[in-house]
Amino acid sequence: MGSSQSAQEEQEYRALAERTGFSLDQIRNLHKRFKHLSHDEETLRKEDFDEISDLTPNPIRSQIIDAFFDKRNFGGNEVGRVQEIGFREFLTVMSHFRPLRQNLTEEGIERIRREKLRFLFNMHDKDSDGTITLDEYRSVVEELLSSSAAIEIETATAIADAAMLEVASVTVGEMAPGQVYEGITFEHFLEILKGVEIEAKMHVRFLNVDTTTVRCGKL
Amino acid sequence: MDRIDAGILLALLSFGANAEDSPKPTTTKPPAKPTEHGPIYTAPPQPLPEPEKSYLPLFTLNYPRVQIPFEITLWVLLASFAKIGFHVYHKITIWVPETCLLISIGLIVGAIMHSVHEQPPAVLTSSVFFLYMLPPIVLDSAYFMPTQPFFENVGTVLWFSIVGTLWNSIGVGICLYGVCQIPALGVQDINLQENLLFASIISAVDPVAVLAVFEDVNINEQLYIVAFGESLFNDAVTVVLYNLFNHVAELPVVDAADVFLGVLRFFLVGLGGMLFGLVFGFVAAFTTRFTRKVREIEPLFIFMYSYLAYLLAELLSISSIMAIVTCALTMKYYVEENVSQRSCTTIRHVIKMLGTVSETLIFFFLGVVTITTDHEWNWGYILFTILFAQIWRGLGIVVLTQIINPFRTIPFNFKDQFGLSYGGLRGAITFALAYTLPNTIIRKKLFITATIAIIIFTVFIQGISIRPIIELMNVRKTNWKLGTINVEIHTRLMEHITAGVEDLCGQWSHHSLKDKFMRFNNRFIRKILIRDNRPESSIVALYKKLELQNAMEVLDTISGDISAAPSLISMHEEKASNKSSFKPKRTFLASDLTAMHEILSKNMYKIRERTMSYTNKHTLPNDSRAREILVRRHTSIRRSLRARSFQGSESARSQKYFSLPLGQSLDTGYATESIRLNADGDPALELHNRSVRPKPRPRSKQPRFSTTRARLDPLQELHSTVNMEDEVRAEESSHRPSRQSSSSSNSRSRAPLQRHSSLGTPSVGEDDPEGDEQQLESPPPAWTPEPPDRGSGGPRNPLLRRAQWKPQDK
Repeated sequence: MGSSQSAQEEQEYRALAERTGFSLDQIRNLHKRFKHLSHDEETLRKEDFDEISDLTPNPIRSQIIDAFFDKRNFGGNEVGRVQEIGFREFLTVMSHFRPLRQNLTEEGIERIRREKLRFLFNMHDKDSDGTITLDEYRSVVEELLSSSAAIEIETATAIADAAMLEVASVTVGEMAPGQVYEGITFEHFLEILKGVEIEAKMHVRFLNVDTTTVRCGKL
Repeated sequence: MDRIDAGILLALLSFGANAEDSPKPTTTKPPAKPTEHGPIYTAPPQPLPEPEKSYLPLFTLNYPRVQIPFEITLWVLLASFAKIGFHVYHKITIWVPETCLLISIGLIVGAIMHSVHEQPPAVLTSSVFFLYMLPPIVLDSAYFMPTQPFFENVGTVLWFSIVGTLWNSIGVGICLYGVCQIPALGVQDINLQENLLFASIISAVDPVAVLAVFEDVNINEQLYIVAFGESLFNDAVTVVLYNLFNHVAELPVVDAADVFLGVLRFFLVGLGGMLFGLVFGFVAAFTTRFTRKVREIEPLFIFMYSYLAYLLAELLSISSIMAIVTCALTMKYYVEENVSQRSCTTIRHVIKMLGTVSETLIFFFLGVVTITTDHEWNWGYILFTILFAQIWRGLGIVVLTQIINPFRTIPFNFKDQFGLSYGGLRGAITFALAYTLPNTIIRKKLFITATIAIIIFTVFIQGISIRPIIELMNVRKTNWKLGTINVEIHTRLMEHITAGVEDLCGQWSHHSLKDKFMRFNNRFIRKILIRDNRPESSIVALYKKLELQNAMEVLDTISGDISAAPSLISMHEEKASNKSSFKPKRTFLASDLTAMHEILSKNMYKIRERTMSYTNKHTLPNDSRAREILVRRHTSIRRSLRARSFQGSESARSQKYFSLPLGQSLDTGYATESIRLNADGDPALELHNRSVRPKPRPRSKQPRFSTTRARLDPLQELHSTVNMEDEVRAEESSHRPSRQSSSSSNSRSRAPLQRHSSLGTPSVGEDDPEGDEQQLESPPPAWTPEPPDRGSGGPRNPLLRRAQWKPQDK
């Protein structure tokens, strides 16, 4: 890399760090990976993801890949899908998996929690209509269980149904009288996962992380 | 019952077998030969020396023969009684840890013994402790270690337990040695090795009491698991150090080579133990693959293999605790899939029981010993011991946390650190180690006294105060005992996502490593070790568990229904009637119960039942649908089973209950309860029938009724009005159509839903704060005031039903 180019890159990294909360080291690292995945292109396409061999056995591989092409996860208010993403989007999606920083206030934790849950919710909610319908839920569960061949699809469906019932049973009491229960809304989603420390569990330890737990991002 | 008996017997056997240092049971007397003045009967004064020697004595006492097991039995019994006693008044154990109470009881017993100049039985020798009492305690904690969180925090756990224990032992030991140099204390004769030995003894934390508190206040999982794991592994480290220092204490001079060899040995011993445990764990798992035909002895393999691992490790002088811990951790997962449900329960119970007995005895004994032995009390040394132990513990936690925190995703904050260091109680193992010190140590008595002092100090002061302090400090909490399907699904989902994203980033870390291990596990290890080796997702496992739980509840409900509820109802309805008539029938024949269990278990895992009712579930937050099917099935079973004996008043009475008007028996608490139980199932029978009734209900007038009606609306169980005898079959056949209904009636269900929600869900709303487990398990109150429909209900079905039940009535 030429020096002028790297200076420019540095600038860009700084902006990205500001935006996503990653440290410069992490961004550099991820950029390297991005380049590797995209074969030195500026953008990543789905096919590039398909080439990752480690990902192949992952039962919800397609869901994960889809999440990277979902505009809802890019931070804006847009919905819909894109065909290819740049490094900025790649990083934004990745930033959902940043670990918690120390010394966060209650509200800060709650906000990050909501963000992470929103990411999960979006993964379920394929048609972006704000609810997880039974069919959407079923397909997720089926994929989740698809890794174990012993489970026939019927079982998966039944489990999804049972899970849905559970959601209904948890949340239906809180619904306003005029409402119809159609699917899991985001509020219900929050409700059912109230007990899960998602902020503590859904994270990836990005490399060069040693300093980031202290000083990554000041959102 | 017999499980417990067997366990006690086992414990006794182990004690008895070891009592080689105790007076051997005197030989059995040759019966025919005349004895001279009964020299065989040693201790107790006996009225034996009678002049007529030639007769066979009718009554003899042979106390020495039974003495050891007899006394041990009494001790165990006494300790167990104490345990029962603590729980009579529930609030005691909330505020005062059980260990405190046990020690107190021990103190009292010791005082009594002291006043009658009785010495405590000398059973707690080094070999008894290490060979018989320690393994159950360790096996208990290792087997019940929550595996997943443990492996998530394994680094921290090992860090704290190994480095922390070393830190404590060396720090406290050197400090105490320094203190010993003060002439005023008069303990200058204690050398460095002995101080180190003593320090290593008291650095083993044993936070049983603290763990109970942590569990109670739902402390965050990380803190809990670190405290748990630390206590487990630092036992191992302590014992290794203990042996090491014990050896070193006998050396006249220690040079650098000894130190180096000691360090080397430390690792050799630890890793060797781990390896042993791993091997035995896999062998045990592999063995249980073939035990299907010998279910009775299945649990035995678990105990024998872990004990064998322990003994062999002891034989080779490698860390036996490490061996048994690793063995338990390794085999647990595989064994529990191989063995039957019953064996699994047995294993858990026996392990728990042996561990508890061991620990209880040690604490109890500690109380007794505190009073009955003469102590060497040295204010300075003991106070400094307590002081240094606290300081080094606190310091160690803080320093070690600072080092480990950058490597943790969820760092420990100050409160967590405080909880960890304040939770460092000393316990049973510490005492036992001190008590079994070799007699070559001159100041053994002082060490025992100091150990007792620090145990009592930590257990009483810290153990009692930790709950209020933790609550006051508001340490981070989680409710980590959620068992809902959604939580399970999403936990798994998150795992897969994080593993996927890690793969995407091209880095290997915890999640993707775990993912890879699981894959390897599913592909190879399981195939070898597990008989039915289809990998089962934890979601499915949980789902099955919930189903099972549900079915069990239904069964409970039913037996409650059969025994308690009808009798109550009848008491309500006709107090004058002869109550005794149904009394004898409260007890079910065992064979009936097994038959029911069998039939239930065969039909239990029918997911369709849930599915069928899925669309309706939005309106009613429980699984009563599945239950009512089971109930109905059960009813028919009941009838077929007890065609003769059951026809009496009981069925008639439960039938009467069906027609109980609203509110009649809802007033008294118990009655409400029983009706709730029934409302869960039995009235549903009628609802089924009602759902086919053509007559529409005025919704606004009877909201609850229409709720239930809406709920049942899409059911296609027209068959259910047929005879009860056919219900099982009808039931089975109704699965198929309903299956489709569940998937296709998404849109259809909206109508009933709307209807339901427009009613404002009067009672469902009230109930909700109770949380979802509650709702899953208990019938919703919407059902409680169920029977209004009875009066207004169409006459057709009741008639039908009555006609059906009539023959039994008379």
